[in-house]
Amino acid sequence: MNDLLTGIETAFLLIQTADPEVIDITIRTLQITFSSVLISVMVAIPLGAAISFREFRGKKTAISIIQTLYALPTVVVGLLCFMLLSRSGPLGDLGWMFTPNGMIFGQTILIIPIMTGLTISALQAIDPIITDTIRSLGASRFQFLKSHLREARFAIMAAIIVGFSRAISEVGTAIMIGGNIKGHTRVLTTAISLQTSMGNFNLSLALGIILLVIALIINLFMGFVQNR
Amino acid sequence: MISKSAIGIITLVLGAMLFCGAVSAAESGLPEHSADRLLIGTTTSLDATKLLDLLTEKFETENNVDVQWVAVGTGQALEYGRNCDVDIVMVHDRVAEDAFIDGGYGLDRRIFGYNYFLLVGPESDPAQVSGLNATAAFAAIDTIGADDETVIFVSRGDNSGTHSREKLLWKNGGYDYAAINISPWYREAGAGMGQTLTMAEELQAYTLSDSSTWGAYESDLTLVPLVENDDAFLNIYAVIRINPDTCQDVNTEMAKKWENFMISPEVQDIIATYGIEEKGTAYFNPALGNEEFIGVTIDETTDPVV
Repeated sequence: MNDLLTGIETAFLLIQTADPEVIDITIRTLQITFSSVLISVMVAIPLGAAISFREFRGKKTAISIIQTLYALPTVVVGLLCFMLLSRSGPLGDLGWMFTPNGMIFGQTILIIPIMTGLTISALQAIDPIITDTIRSLGASRFQFLKSHLREARFAIMAAIIVGFSRAISEVGTAIMIGGNIKGHTRVLTTAISLQTSMGNFNLSLALGIILLVIALIINLFMGFVQNR
Repeated sequence: MISKSAIGIITLVLGAMLFCGAVSAAESGLPEHSADRLLIGTTTSLDATKLLDLLTEKFETENNVDVQWVAVGTGQALEYGRNCDVDIVMVHDRVAEDAFIDGGYGLDRRIFGYNYFLLVGPESDPAQVSGLNATAAFAAIDTIGADDETVIFVSRGDNSGTHSREKLLWKNGGYDYAAINISPWYREAGAGMGQTLTMAEELQAYTLSDSSTWGAYESDLTLVPLVENDDAFLNIYAVIRINPDTCQDVNTEMAKKWENFMISPEVQDIIATYGIEEKGTAYFNPALGNEEFIGVTIDETTDPVV
């Protein structure tokens, strides 16, 4: 309990004194996470809509695979991306190993399945009567899509929140692809991991609290948008 | 009232701005493998003592480059070198280094420093290793550990230079490492030196540490040094640049400069004195001037890299 209180105290101190390293780490965390969420949204929502609205052979299998990928361990994604991005790997020429771009690549791959799957769930939960109504009113392809997304906006927003949460909280991919390089690829989660392994529990706790506070603020904002 | 779609657009724009920020930060933060970045694959001991922070700061003011490093075990650093993911490695495992160079992956090895390994453990010393030499100490841990549950040995278990030396010590004592590995008192951590020391502290266990990382951690630990002076504990650090023939994009120009930097009398002097102010003794020892003692040639410590 004492450690917890000291941790909270350290957290406030770090924020109050605007500790430059903590600020650097926090901004980088947000940059990388927001980037992966943005890219994932651009891929996952159209993909989810496409899978949801079309009938094709293997549709059930495809959805099953996507849902299985929810449980993809972050270290496995880290390993796969490592093999892809390494200079000796197929995407080596990009030079993304040990850079924030590589971390964005990894996190995007990590959260696309979950965002896609939850988008599909969201769209399939729409009352089929509504779908029929929209269709019978002569909606164009675009209007069809737009109205369905609007109808399921609550659940789709939830999908985005879940994707964001998974991205900001993961360590495996960030550490394997990023290398936890101070000032360049260190983010909140990898910093916590490092400080804990060095025995600096107060600092770890403080960083953890900062991470949770950020996640809370973002979620409050997204919830606000969701509820309008 | 701001409409929902307006908020949606604002969020999207903010997101896009952050994204652009990330991209431009990544780009200005220096493109990968250009003459602007030197990436070092190094060991945890050089990182834990903050020696690398000091040296890179100096190098960066003298050269227009951004020096970064990933601190992992020697084995992993060499693997990064083989995969062309780093420009240069700083490691401490002669056998592995030789294989690396013979395989054509590295060039121009230069020796820049040395320290010692030591066996640390709980003050209570249940295996009674204090005062023994390295081989006898390891034997004691095995013998007494077989019956005494409080005897625990934590191994790096990560193919680091320290781990290699540990395995060598078991071998020298006539042990089969595979058998040691599954002994009930043996814990394979799979971690860096600092983390391993933290684990040994929690478990009140023995572990083999390098003297520099130990120097950085000892004031926070209740563990004590138990076996220190043994010829088998000499630990020599080398810097090897990655062969541009096997890795086209390696920053050869800066790698050569870094090597010459490390063996320069000025940096050797920094290495000789780093830590004295803070702790009373230096974390590392310079290679320059000590070639005979550590068993390397003058060429390996002074020959300029061209």
